[in-house]
Amino acid sequence: MNPAKILMGAFLVNNIILMRFIGLCPFFGVSTSLDTSIGMSAAVLFVMMLATWVSWLLYHVLLLPLGLVFLRTAVFILVIAGLVQFVEMVLKKYVRGLYSSLGIYLPLITTNCAILGVTFLNIDYRFDLLQSTLFAVGTALGFALAIMLFAAIRERLEDSPISPSFRGYPIAFVGASLVSLAFLGFTSLFGISL
Amino acid sequence: MDWTLVLISVAGLGGLGLLIGIVLAIASAKLAVKVDEREAAVRAVLPGANCGACGFPGCDGYAAAVASGSAPLNKCSVGGANVARSIGEIMGQEAGAVEPMVAVLVCRGGRDVAPSRFQYKGASDCRQAALLLGGPKACVYGCVGLGNCARVCPFGAITMSPNNLPVIDEKKCTGCGNCVRGCPKGTLLLVPRSKLVVLACVSHDKGRAVKDVCKVGCIACGLCAKVCPTQALTMVNNLPVMDYSKCIDCGICVHRCPTRSFIDRAPGRPKAVINPRCTGCQACVKVCQFKAIEGESGEQHKVTAGKCIGCGECRKVCPAEAIDMVGALGHSHRGKEG
Repeated sequence: MNPAKILMGAFLVNNIILMRFIGLCPFFGVSTSLDTSIGMSAAVLFVMMLATWVSWLLYHVLLLPLGLVFLRTAVFILVIAGLVQFVEMVLKKYVRGLYSSLGIYLPLITTNCAILGVTFLNIDYRFDLLQSTLFAVGTALGFALAIMLFAAIRERLEDSPISPSFRGYPIAFVGASLVSLAFLGFTSLFGISL
Repeated sequence: MDWTLVLISVAGLGGLGLLIGIVLAIASAKLAVKVDEREAAVRAVLPGANCGACGFPGCDGYAAAVASGSAPLNKCSVGGANVARSIGEIMGQEAGAVEPMVAVLVCRGGRDVAPSRFQYKGASDCRQAALLLGGPKACVYGCVGLGNCARVCPFGAITMSPNNLPVIDEKKCTGCGNCVRGCPKGTLLLVPRSKLVVLACVSHDKGRAVKDVCKVGCIACGLCAKVCPTQALTMVNNLPVMDYSKCIDCGICVHRCPTRSFIDRAPGRPKAVINPRCTGCQACVKVCQFKAIEGESGEQHKVTAGKCIGCGECRKVCPAEAIDMVGALGHSHRGKEG
């Protein structure tokens, strides 16, 4: 499989939020301002790469040879959550700058369905480690694109004369569906179907 | 059923969980970051509103700055003197005094008295509207009225009146100044809570120009500066500027102003009452700017309560200590006739 196709497929064609509809909670929860959405995107990129590597190794080194594939959901959640906790502590101790910018987003994103979803998709698509990494990066960038686009829209909506019944989440959902429709335009771009 | 598989799964998952738990427990002990105890103590006494009045990113930021000695101890206007004292105790230093402040709207040009030049249909944001020819209001100095202040107030102290002017609930206002920073027109000011009289107009235009666009704007007549008993007001650039160190909150300017451009924050004022010690010297009659005291020479004078504003000027000049101010400043009190 072409690496560029994996990257673009995860980034645009099958955007994790707007086409796969995974990871919607941070998409709505943290998209109220551009600042928070950028912080969240960075945390997603970080955790997604980490989770991909760990889950790939766990699956191919431990679960598959031992015939315990059915345990993958529980094992992945457990290991990813534990690892992110550990990394958070390490960052707090040694990389203060990164900790203060990712700080609150790390625990938020740990048990997110987008993270878990990518680890499963990597297995389902039978990616090797390099392809998995590319897929994770593409997905995280796609997440960043979607949430930042949407944050900009919501910042504009904040100041618009919207009828009270539509204020807040209702108009956000309407907006999200329109953005999602727009992303339909990327379907089978460059012949990518993945 | 293959019980060994069940056993392996349970044992494996349980073991993994235990392993991760042990690793995390060890890590949290080994990787613990030393936090200045005083920082946590200072953080505990701060109100936790994260309003940013201190100039630091939230209460955590301020606590860290105080603990490291790089911030003054009296920057929390929300907590006021009590919090400053607590911080002083924690840090073992004397905290400076905190003057409690309150936000005051210094524009009275609501929709009814200050018309608009055009209909604004853009985003409901004062800053954005103000960029368009200075905003829709005919008076370019005045409050835009789209409620940025109400949106940024972290304490919910500001609501918008039907007149499109913010109404500040002084009980909820902590003087953090977020609204002042959010206002593109400078029509919100932080004033000391103890000061009762504030000029509520920021128009530097001349009288005629103000009259054309607003019925309650300051027309720069200068009467307030003339009648002020302590010379606290000086006319600068078509507006009276108040020297708060001189102002005695007598309220004379409030009542003499022909356009009623001053705000009196006192909910009520005392009334002068003349007691039988009055010798009828007429000193008070002459000094009263509101013609509230009448009386023939040699007879006990009378105060018309409806005209008395409670400025207390008469009491200052009475040689016989025959005038009492009934009702405390700041409490509504109806004075008796006579």
